[in-house]
Amino acid sequence: MLAATIRITRDFDVAEECVQDAFARALATWSQQGIPSNPGAWLTTVARRRAIDVGRRRDVAVRSQRYLVVESTGAESALTDGEFEDDRLRLIFTCCHPSLATDTQVALALRMLCGLSTTEVAKAFLVKEGAMAARITRAKKKIALARIPYRVPERSELRGRIDAVLLVIHLLFTTGHTAPVGENLSQVDLVERALDLARMLHSLLPDDAEVTSLLALILLTDSRRGARQGANGEFLKLEEQDRSKWHRDSIDEGLVLVGKSIRRGRPGRFTLMAAIAAVHSSASHWDETDWAEIVGLYDLLLDTWPSPVVALNRAVALSFAEGPQAGLDALAVLGAEPQLSTYPYLAAARGDCLERLDRVAEARDAFEEAAMLTENLVERDFLQLRISQLS
Amino acid sequence: MAQYLVLIYSNEASWATTDDDFSKKIMDGHNKFGEKHGASLRGGNALEPEMTATSIRTDDSGKSVTTDGPFAETKEALGGYYVIEADDLDTAIAIAKDIPSPFGGLEVRPIRVMS
Repeated sequence: MLAATIRITRDFDVAEECVQDAFARALATWSQQGIPSNPGAWLTTVARRRAIDVGRRRDVAVRSQRYLVVESTGAESALTDGEFEDDRLRLIFTCCHPSLATDTQVALALRMLCGLSTTEVAKAFLVKEGAMAARITRAKKKIALARIPYRVPERSELRGRIDAVLLVIHLLFTTGHTAPVGENLSQVDLVERALDLARMLHSLLPDDAEVTSLLALILLTDSRRGARQGANGEFLKLEEQDRSKWHRDSIDEGLVLVGKSIRRGRPGRFTLMAAIAAVHSSASHWDETDWAEIVGLYDLLLDTWPSPVVALNRAVALSFAEGPQAGLDALAVLGAEPQLSTYPYLAAARGDCLERLDRVAEARDAFEEAAMLTENLVERDFLQLRISQLS
Repeated sequence: MAQYLVLIYSNEASWATTDDDFSKKIMDGHNKFGEKHGASLRGGNALEPEMTATSIRTDDSGKSVTTDGPFAETKEALGGYYVIEADDLDTAIAIAKDIPSPFGGLEVRPIRVMS
């Protein structure tokens, strides 16, 4: 509804006011006249009419008038489902425009697409509410002043623009899945929102392999939600998880989606990440994990995405495919990577390999380093536990 | 229709290492740009090198001081500009991408409309 109204007002704030007016009107009208047969369409039509009124009343000399575009077809006609979805698509691409910084894109997506309040968005990223409000206000101002258009990009630009949207949704998911700071292991709200967005994107662009794969990746990773923590809230390694607690429906759906996207030609990063998740999800027990397959997939992923974090994950997989020494050798190369210098998982991975090689003192050092670097209390407790279990 | 200022930034030291053929290639690029997007152009010029710049700063008391050099010391110097007319940022960016900008890049800034 917000998206449909923005199409008229081109101004997020005014659109929000019109939507609220429509809800207020609904409360008043429906209590007397009963609920209409299509309440969604009623609300949207009222919001759009209000938006057109607001637009007409503005002084023509006002600069923002230039941005108001009224639909040439009668605004009275109720929107079809197709039009609703087109507007949400336009909104996603606007929020994720390349001229906006990534954390601004994420904040806008949560605020405008998921309907979170500024307070909720601020909490999700542990930013002061005032700072988040300022960030969102600046973004809206930039969209208006620089005239970032409210449209789905041209076919030729689409692939590049979709990647930004996928990155934002994925970032939302990973932030929620393992909260980088704080007492809880994950923020379920963020995870749910990311899943919603991934589903929406998939329904809007069902033929894009990367879009399909992002949804699969989220479903497969999130399927383990119920098994990630022990009885006392402690963090469990993948090896320790009770796989009977994995959510079967999510896994089934995810595997079907991965199957579809793998068949679509040269796999992109999300397709490969989803495939790796699929290999894990297909193993009914840790010991049945096809590690060689996973290493092979990481090799392909590294080709398209030469990131040190990917190399780190590959090294971990290698330690299980070919033994902890092989893993340690692969990790040693990454020691010099500036991007990983404050990344707790590098030290934790080294610690794990060293422990498996019975190099206890070195393992302790590595786990202590990791514990210092993580700001997530559940993870820190896990690392302290591993230190205490050494020797 | 809105207007955008496109600023062309370029590292002068890198330019100094190039030959006449390179300069000609870039010149051709600008000519091609002018031909292709002529209808959208409202102005544009190359600027003399950064060392020719003069800066003027005025302090709180109203006293102005004139000094040698550009206002901000940056790795890439401002080398030229175009004024283009475009409906929205995406159109402006699509036009700007055809401007040659070796050893640096472009900044696209909306021009404020005074009512």
